[in-house]
Amino acid sequence: MAVEHPVTAATGDQTRIHNIGYRSYDGPRLGRAYARRSLYSQSLRGAYGLGRSVKSKVLPMLLFVVMCVPAAIMVAVAVATKAKELPVDYTRYAIIMQAVISLYVASQAPQSVSRDLRFKTVPLYFSRPIETADYVRAKFAALASALFVLTAAPLLVLYVGALLAKLDFADQTEGFGQGLVSVALLSLLFAGIGLVIASVTPRRGFGIAAVIAVLTISYGAVSTLQAIAEAQNSTGSIPWIGLFSPVTLIDGVQSAFLGASSAFPGGAGPSDGQGVVYVLVLLGLIAAGYGLLIRRYRKVGL
Amino acid sequence: MIFVVCVTTFEDVTVIATESLSKRFPRVTALDRLSVDVGPGVTGLVGANGAGKSTLIKILLGLSPASEGRAEVLGLDVASKGAAIRERVGYMPEHDCLPPDVSATEFVVHMARMSGLPPTAARERTADTLRHVGLYEERYRPIGGYSTGMKQRVKLAQALVHDPQLVFLDEPTNGLDPVGRDEMLGLIRRIHTDFGISVLVTSHLLGELERTCDHVVVVDGGKLLRSSSTTDFTQTTTTLAIEVTDTDARPDGTLAVREALRARGVEVLDANSALPGAGHVLLLTAQGEETYDVVRDAVAELGLGLVRMEQRRHHISEVFTDSDAENDQQRKEAVGHGS
Repeated sequence: MAVEHPVTAATGDQTRIHNIGYRSYDGPRLGRAYARRSLYSQSLRGAYGLGRSVKSKVLPMLLFVVMCVPAAIMVAVAVATKAKELPVDYTRYAIIMQAVISLYVASQAPQSVSRDLRFKTVPLYFSRPIETADYVRAKFAALASALFVLTAAPLLVLYVGALLAKLDFADQTEGFGQGLVSVALLSLLFAGIGLVIASVTPRRGFGIAAVIAVLTISYGAVSTLQAIAEAQNSTGSIPWIGLFSPVTLIDGVQSAFLGASSAFPGGAGPSDGQGVVYVLVLLGLIAAGYGLLIRRYRKVGL
Repeated sequence: MIFVVCVTTFEDVTVIATESLSKRFPRVTALDRLSVDVGPGVTGLVGANGAGKSTLIKILLGLSPASEGRAEVLGLDVASKGAAIRERVGYMPEHDCLPPDVSATEFVVHMARMSGLPPTAARERTADTLRHVGLYEERYRPIGGYSTGMKQRVKLAQALVHDPQLVFLDEPTNGLDPVGRDEMLGLIRRIHTDFGISVLVTSHLLGELERTCDHVVVVDGGKLLRSSSTTDFTQTTTTLAIEVTDTDARPDGTLAVREALRARGVEVLDANSALPGAGHVLLLTAQGEETYDVVRDAVAELGLGLVRMEQRRHHISEVFTDSDAENDQQRKEAVGHGS
C-alpha cells in the first residue's frame, strides 16, 4: 500500500497536466429576446437551405431563380423594344407566379416546424427561457420573411429594369411600392396557412401535400365558381366568391386599394365596401393563423 | 435490519424543495402530496414507469402547474419564476430529440444560443462541452449516423452547454449496453465532482444509482416512499470481508482470527451461509473506523498474513426489500429528515 501511493499520485498529476478541466461560464446570458432573434435568423437561413445540407439548398434556390427569371426576361424585352411600360404590373406578378410561391410554402413550412415535431426537438426549446409565443413568433416571422424575399426580389428586378429602360420614375416607384405592400400581405397570409397545416403533422411529406392541396384546390374551386357565375351573368357574386381562396383574397385587396387590375373573370374586382371586407378577412386569417399556432404549441409543450 | 437515518453532511443549501406537491389529471393522480428536499450533489429519483418522475420534472421546470402544494428550484418558486429557473437548469429528455441531418456541433451551438449565450461563447462552450462528454472528431458529422451512446452524449451536452447549476437527466442510461451504461454513469458522477453541477437523475433501476448518487428519492404511485442519502443505506451496514493466510503454527488461520476477534468483542457473522464456497472469508459488521484497527492488530498478533480486507456494500434494492416491513416507520423518518 505504501509503495502504491506515490505512483497513483504521479499519474494523477500527469492527467491533470493534459486535462484543462471544466471551465464554468460566467459571461452574459442574453435571455428570451435574444433567443427569439437567434431562432428567427436560424429559421430564415434554413428556409433557403443555408446552414443545412447541399441537398436541402437545391429546391428553395431553384424556386428563387424560377421566380426571378421571368422578371429578368420582361425587363430585357422592355429595354430592347423601348416599351412605354412593363409587360405586367408589379401587383400582378405574384398572382401570375402563384404556383411557384405555393410550391415554396409547401416545401419550406414543413421543414421549418414538422422537423422539430418529428424529431421531438420542441421540448428542448421549451426547457429553455423561451416560451410558446416566442417560438411561434420566430417561426412565423422567419417564414413570412423568406416568402417576402422570394416575392419581392423579382419586383426589385422589374423596378431596376424599368428605371434602366428610362420609364417614368414616379409612376414606377408608386407601382413598386404597391407591389411590395401586396407581397408583404401575401407572405404573412401564406406563411400563416402553411405553418398551421404543417404544425399539425410531424410527417413532412404529408405536410407538403396538405399545403399544396389547400392552396391549389381552394384557388381552383374559387376560379371555377367565379367562371360559372360570370357565364350565368351573376357578376355581383364574383367578388364574394373570391374571399374563399388565399390568392383571390390578395387579388381582391390589391385591386380595391393598391391600384391593381383584378384578375377576376371580366375584371370584376371588389367594390370599396367589399374591399373593406377583404382586408378584414385577410387580417383575420393572419391573426387566426398565429392564434392556432400558439394553441397548437401550448399542447405540444414537453 | 435497523436503519439509522443520520443528518447528511451537505452544506445547508437546498437545490430542490417541494411541499405537499400534487398533480392530478382527470383520471389519474400523478403526484400525491410529495414533500422532499434535495441538496447539492447527485440525486437519484427512482420509481417504476408511471411513478410520476417525468411529471415532477415538468413541474420543476415551471412548464406544468401543480394542482396543489408548492415547489422551489434553486430557491426560485416554480409557479412564478419558471423562466429564471429554466435559464439556470439543463434538461435531458428521456426520448430521442435530435435532428439527424445536422452535426452535433451545429445542433449544440444552436441550443446554447437558445439558452441565451452570445454567438462566440456558444461556439466555445459547445467545443468544450462536447469534449467533456467524450465526442471528438465525430462531432462534425451528421447526428443521423451516430450510435445510441453517442446520441445520449449529444443529448447530455445540450443540457450542459449553458453551464447550468442543476441538470435534470431523465433516464439517461435507457437503451445503452452495459459498457455504455457504465460510461454514462461515470459521466454523471463527473458532472458533479468535476463540473460542480448538481444532478437529478431518474431511473427505474435501483442498482444503477448506488454507484452514482449521493442521495436517493424513491417515488411510487406519485407518493414519496423514501428519501435519504446512499451512504445512509450502505455505510451504516458496512460489512467487512476478511481473508487471512494459514501458517504452520496456525493451520486454520481463519478460525484463529475468528476466535481472536471474538475475544476483542467483535462479532463475526456466519460466513458460510451467506457466501457459499467462500469458507475462508470472514464477514463482520464494521462499527466504525476502529474495527479496521482491531482486525489489523488481531491478525498481526497471530502472525498471519492479511490477504484482503474489503467492504461489502449492500445493494440498495436489498435494503428496500428488507425494509418493506418497516416502511411506514421509514417514511415518517424520511419525511422528517427531508424537511
